[in-house]
Amino acid sequence: MDLLPFFQWCYATPIGEGIRNSTWLFPVIEAFHLLGLGLTAGAVLVVDLRLLGAGLRKQSAAQLWANTQPWLIGSVTLMFASGIPLFLSESIKCLYSFAFWVKMSSLLLALLFTFTFLRRVTQMDPASDRGLSGRVTALISLVLWFGVAWGGRWIGFS
Amino acid sequence: MGMSFLPFFEQLSESSWSVALHESEIAYSLIESFHVWSMCLFFGMTVMFDLRLLGWTMRKVPVSEVIRRLQPWTILGFVLMVLSGTLLFYAIPLRSYQNIFFRTKMLLMLLAGLNVLIFHARVFPSVAKWDADATPPKAARAAGTLSLVLWVGIIFSGRMIAYNWFDCDRQPQAAIINFLTSCLPTE
Repeated sequence: MDLLPFFQWCYATPIGEGIRNSTWLFPVIEAFHLLGLGLTAGAVLVVDLRLLGAGLRKQSAAQLWANTQPWLIGSVTLMFASGIPLFLSESIKCLYSFAFWVKMSSLLLALLFTFTFLRRVTQMDPASDRGLSGRVTALISLVLWFGVAWGGRWIGFS
Repeated sequence: MGMSFLPFFEQLSESSWSVALHESEIAYSLIESFHVWSMCLFFGMTVMFDLRLLGWTMRKVPVSEVIRRLQPWTILGFVLMVLSGTLLFYAIPLRSYQNIFFRTKMLLMLLAGLNVLIFHARVFPSVAKWDADATPPKAARAAGTLSLVLWVGIIFSGRMIAYNWFDCDRQPQAAIINFLTSCLPTE
């Protein structure tokens, strides 16, 4: 599958061109993107720490999931809203960036994992400690989000 | 403004370790990534606590419980952030010191620290009275709002340090910029 024509089309969009022609737009959108990352981390960590048996241990994972979910959805939305314009402005560079593909794969897996498997684990018997399955689930989640943050930061170094 | 520090940072930027760190692309990139990860830990925890103070999340969890359980992670994130941040500064001391965004960031961090001190001295001691409130009293909400605003500002100015728009070696700059960056442009 040849992706180049699509990435070239992205690169040529008015949004991509507008960002490239501006001194301020890229850094400002990037700062919003970073903000979204930090907020995502907060929502993810509250639940993952709980599954690891740390953090807010007296609350059920189900309750913490319900409390943080709107913020997770909001922050991921902010990351898409800022990340897509950033991508449009340098899509051709991304096509050839290893870090970009690491990030996109991790992101896809992290979102799928969070909203299917992890969500289900938090909904299990709220009274019992989640034990080993909870810990493994949290570790997988942390590794996947770690990949998203690492890949994302590293796109800028390439 | 802070003229006396200039020679010190000038000297620091010529030290062999600083040059080595600055020139090692892989070490510098790794430290910067680490700075972002520790920021995620610190900022993530801080935001969740601030949002609790505003009554916007975990409304059924006592405020004291949120602070007690999340604070160790917040502190860990902060320590890692300061350590990696110090290394990043050490790699580029003079330019960072004169960078207007770096200065803004330090000022905002000072204010954020002050906000924490005031919160713990004036607001938190009465927590027993409003611990279980879904929406904490006005003073607590104000501290939470201030913290959020300051940390968003810190992330923004931190991200902007990378850009050289107002750097000393890019003259002419407005007089106010040169004043704020302790820059003495040579004619």
